[in-house]
Amino acid sequence: MEAFSLMAPELLLAGQTIFVVLMSLLVKGDKQADVMRWIAIAMLITFALTGFVLGRPEGTSFNGLLIVDDFSHYAKLIIGLTAALALVFSRSYFKTEGLDRFEFSVLMIYAVLGMSIMVSANNLLALYLGLEMQALALYIMAAFNRDSLRASEAGLKYFVLGALSSGLLLYGMSLIYGFTGHLDFAGIAAVIEADGLNVGIIGGMVFMMCGLAFKISAAPFHMWTPDVYEGAPTPVTGFFASVPKFAAMALIARLLFGPLEGVFDQWQQIVVSLALVSMFVGAIGALSQRNIKRLMAYSSIANMGYALVPLAAGTVLGLKGMLIFMTIYVITSIGVFSAILQMRIRNGMVEQITDLSGLSQTNRGMALVLTVFFFSLAGIPFFLGFFGKWYAFGPALQADLWWLVVAALVASVIGAFYYLRVIKTMWFEEPSQEFVDAPRSLRWITTSSALILTLLILLPFVTIPAQGLLDSAAAALF
Amino acid sequence: MAIGLSHYLIVAAILFMIGVFGIFVNRKNVIVILMCVELILLAVNINFVAFSAHMPAAPGVNPIDGQIFALFILTVAAAEAAVGLAILVVYFRNRGNIQVEDIDLMKG
Repeated sequence: MEAFSLMAPELLLAGQTIFVVLMSLLVKGDKQADVMRWIAIAMLITFALTGFVLGRPEGTSFNGLLIVDDFSHYAKLIIGLTAALALVFSRSYFKTEGLDRFEFSVLMIYAVLGMSIMVSANNLLALYLGLEMQALALYIMAAFNRDSLRASEAGLKYFVLGALSSGLLLYGMSLIYGFTGHLDFAGIAAVIEADGLNVGIIGGMVFMMCGLAFKISAAPFHMWTPDVYEGAPTPVTGFFASVPKFAAMALIARLLFGPLEGVFDQWQQIVVSLALVSMFVGAIGALSQRNIKRLMAYSSIANMGYALVPLAAGTVLGLKGMLIFMTIYVITSIGVFSAILQMRIRNGMVEQITDLSGLSQTNRGMALVLTVFFFSLAGIPFFLGFFGKWYAFGPALQADLWWLVVAALVASVIGAFYYLRVIKTMWFEEPSQEFVDAPRSLRWITTSSALILTLLILLPFVTIPAQGLLDSAAAALF
Repeated sequence: MAIGLSHYLIVAAILFMIGVFGIFVNRKNVIVILMCVELILLAVNINFVAFSAHMPAAPGVNPIDGQIFALFILTVAAAEAAVGLAILVVYFRNRGNIQVEDIDLMKG
């Protein structure tokens, strides 16, 4: 019974998903998609909070296949809440595009279920099944607008490269299995500690890191990101930019600090080089982009590079820095996409950066919050993004990786250029587009994430519990 | 000559390389890419089963693990092929062909 009570959030979610699919037979007509969406949102919020309501239980379940600890509780909290927000902001877009089908909510729940298995995996088999479960749902979500050539092309590219990355990951797993004899994380760690390293284990680790780098779109495995972000429907892009990145990053952390802890000297080199290449590819690639979604794609590549910097330190503080950075990144990207989704011009959604010109004159509030988001992404001091980078780069400095931190700061400065260019377009150029009336229902998401990014440091009674939560989450892996 | 573990591993490595190169070098048809993906998974399965069959006995090691994993990979590969072909059909309806060189609406 303990196995079931530990995995209660996931089991509830899985059961309710079947319930939602069956409900679709009873609820018909225009209301169908809406009813399903609200049920799904309620389910996701319940899922996110269940672990905390139950008093954060710990232990392993299903014969040690899955582990529940503070780290997985924290990851599930962020994943569940962010996915619920992504469902909320998908509503108006899908309504106006005539794509409002209830299947989207079902796919979202399955993706979240896969991600929660990923973050609580304690065995290579569970890791693979969780990863595939979310990936299969994400492929379909990318191609959800099935009458659009762009969306189906995005889905196809995502599928081909995603399948290749799963192949690399699996090949690495097979090598690690063959050379250690274990699939469970504790067994692998014990064998590496007892018998030392050999070529097979190191090779397996390299293959696994390559496969996972695809999933977080770290350069040089980032080729799919701009195309998929551009082609997929905008709310799906907003989802891709936030939740799966967080889950894959958490999975990488669990893998590196769990079974592969004894391979630290080797994986540190890989993490450092992935971080270096991603930061500069992201910063330089974004310079020439005209499309906001492509800009956000390169921005996410660069941000994944920054998030890998603290992991390279290999310390508890580094892991905590990564979690803080990723949490702030997720809040920011949800905010940016809910802002983009509220602006419509005559012939469709805002897609080009030039569409934003003169936004400060036509819609001052929107220009203000977008400015906050881009300042935060650029890491301008006293926005939350600055503190994200502070916590991310500090542990790397302590671990004597000062040259990596210098490189990260240089990349941040290059990155600030294109964020500031968007801000300049909004405030100092003449309005060129007339915005049509857009749904206002998303205002609260945009406003609240902007408020979080500006005011949170002033609220010690929020930050102190959050720090405690992050500390215990990071300590759970050591 | 007795066939040992290393022979299986070499075959799997060759299949894996063919699969990976097939995805990048292939310029003709998307179906070939799907076949290359299956080839990669097949190589992984050979690896798992070969390691499992040649696993030396040690405390706490259950040599059947690898074969179970291979069965799971087969299952997931079937699901993946179904999703992949469905996306491919959607793409074909919109585009009219599935030539790899024509998948360039968005420049990466």
